[in-house]
Amino acid sequence: MATDTLAPPMALPGVRIKSELMQQRARAARWFLLPMLIALAVVAGWPLLRSIYFSFTDASLNNLYGAEWVGFNNYLRWTTLDSGKTVYRGLLVDPKWWGAVGNTLRFAAYSVTFEAIFGMIVALVLNAEFKGRGIVRAAILIPWAIPTIVSAKMWSWMLNDQFGILNDLGMKLGLLSQKVAWTANADTAMTAVLIVDIWKTTPFMALLILAGLQMIPKDIYEAAEIDGVHPVKQFFRITLPLVRPALMVAIIFRLLDALRIFDLIYVLTPNSDSTKTMSVLARENLFDFDKFAYGSAMSTMLFLIIAVLTILYIWLGKVRFDGGDR
Amino acid sequence: MKINKLLVGLLASVTLLSTAAHAAQLAVVSGDTGNGLAFLQEQLKKFEADTGNTVTIVPMPSSTTDQFGQYKLWLAAGNADIDVYTTDVIWAPQLADQFLDLTDAAKGVVADHFPSIIESQTVNGKLVAIPAYTDAPALFYRKDLLEKYKKEVPKTWAELKATAQEIQDGERASNPDIYGFVFQGNAYEGLTCNALEWVKSYGGGQIVEADGTISINNPQAVAALEEIKSFVGTISPEGNLAYMEEESRGVWQLGNAVFMRNWPYAYALGNGDDSAIKGKFDVAPLPAGEGADARSAATLGGWNYAVSKYSKAPEEAIKLALYLSSAEVQKNRAIQQTNLPTIQSLYDDADVLKAAPFMAAWKEIFQNAVPRPSAPTKANYNEVSSKFWSAVHNTLAGDGTAAENLELLEADLNDLKGSGW
Repeated sequence: MATDTLAPPMALPGVRIKSELMQQRARAARWFLLPMLIALAVVAGWPLLRSIYFSFTDASLNNLYGAEWVGFNNYLRWTTLDSGKTVYRGLLVDPKWWGAVGNTLRFAAYSVTFEAIFGMIVALVLNAEFKGRGIVRAAILIPWAIPTIVSAKMWSWMLNDQFGILNDLGMKLGLLSQKVAWTANADTAMTAVLIVDIWKTTPFMALLILAGLQMIPKDIYEAAEIDGVHPVKQFFRITLPLVRPALMVAIIFRLLDALRIFDLIYVLTPNSDSTKTMSVLARENLFDFDKFAYGSAMSTMLFLIIAVLTILYIWLGKVRFDGGDR
Repeated sequence: MKINKLLVGLLASVTLLSTAAHAAQLAVVSGDTGNGLAFLQEQLKKFEADTGNTVTIVPMPSSTTDQFGQYKLWLAAGNADIDVYTTDVIWAPQLADQFLDLTDAAKGVVADHFPSIIESQTVNGKLVAIPAYTDAPALFYRKDLLEKYKKEVPKTWAELKATAQEIQDGERASNPDIYGFVFQGNAYEGLTCNALEWVKSYGGGQIVEADGTISINNPQAVAALEEIKSFVGTISPEGNLAYMEEESRGVWQLGNAVFMRNWPYAYALGNGDDSAIKGKFDVAPLPAGEGADARSAATLGGWNYAVSKYSKAPEEAIKLALYLSSAEVQKNRAIQQTNLPTIQSLYDDADVLKAAPFMAAWKEIFQNAVPRPSAPTKANYNEVSSKFWSAVHNTLAGDGTAAENLELLEADLNDLKGSGW
């Protein structure tokens, strides 16, 4: 991409000096890009390739270098029993894995939807002129600034059924008829995780949307007001279309984040099948179960699933990262 | 690769030489609960004064599952930052390759410990870790409440249920938060310990027997799980399915439980000055189930010290491991932490018995303790345990009946076992 735009457009005799300059600049740009490309290859490319390689071997944590190539066995293999029945094994037919994929997708869909809605509301409020706006803007960022592990632990005590403040408040206000074990109960575990995630990342969403809102020229609203356009209509006809590029980029950041969710669930409900996500399951197999190769296969699938979803989203949502709209 | 290894070897020997001359800087990990870290710190002071070494404690999360994952990772990466590991009794077969053989270093003291514990830490003739304390859980009960309602200490789970229900109903008027029984029901290694006791107490075997046969799918095991399931939401809070040791102790120590299943460490803490139930409770063996082979069963727990083979100062590290498992420290541990010693003579020690009178009775409970199937299942133990606790957790949470879940578990375990563990 970068080299395309920097390459000389055409070798016309009249612009010869200019094109030489362009070539020089392109060469310089390549040199400047090189350190970053090397850093990326070392910290992102190499580990990724290693994971993919391990997923085709029988590696275990104690025997990483003596691993032998086993082809697609970790993904799918089958044996035919004496009775003639064929049994399939491997990641692609592992119900635990697909359960985790379902959990992850459900988590991503709910959390990103709610965060986008709440983030938009918060951003609209913060975009209005009022006294003390600076302080409110800073205050609203606090949940985002707390490290996830800390806030997850904090919430796990708040959600505790015996000592938790949420149950205490709910009982005192008469909202709950009995104390609810939020993280223990399979029905409420996902809700609990979603509440914490939405609380934590709405500020991030709000901040990105707010940046988009502030780019909208004020005179459009003035013109609309003179024409007597209702504020609700103003929002759907002016604000939303103009803030869409920023919103789409914010959503994709959150979506990527949500699809690889690990820390929150690992602290709140580490072993519950109803909240176990792809990353949590992959870690469990990599380290706890001594199935390094199988866990690597999960990581590889996780990478593929996120890649496919991201490409689909960019393509379907016509997202552009330079801030403009197609 | 060879050059790499050579380099590492050279570097290691250089650092070894330089550290041998000076006092070593050692690091020990600890995931102890309650005030275990403060205790360890105090014991280390003496070691530091005697040897001139400095020891740093690296605190870890209290969940054994979390600890294991981290240690496994460090050891696989050849991490030299940690010299001495605190290891669970079940880890020896899985981590044996990464720890130094302590057979020679511990030659003089091995005979003082219970032979069964030394055996559990010996893998293919190699003493992987040296025992620091052993653990066997007990039934903690509120003697004031049992007296008030004129009840005996329950001998079976059915008696426990009846007694707990009656006291809970009676006490609710004055204390709306009181429950009959709390245990460790979160989906983690602790639930495996709890559930193994239930199953064993009903004569339902120990999941995987010593010879490797998978025995879990049997009517007694089903009966045991169904009985405990009937506790949840009646005499045990529903939130109990998210409790680990410290959460159940929290409920208990606030005076909000009649009975609790927990490890002996809760005895000293429950009698602390800030405890609402100081002097109001006692301990007894866990209840038995029903059926032909029913008996009281306690899962064998316990912690040991192992020395990393990547330690830069292995000799000093071994000294530290031996010191932390010595009779002296074990005695302090028994008095201050009510941890059960692994050194047999301490059970007759007057000071120990004065601080923790219940220990006299423990020797017997502990000798009948049930080991978790870590020896027969070897490297697969964690997955076996995880599958077992998931099946139990699902059952208790009402996701499938005990019979269905155990049948599935048996099929899963057979898959995992393949042609052999």
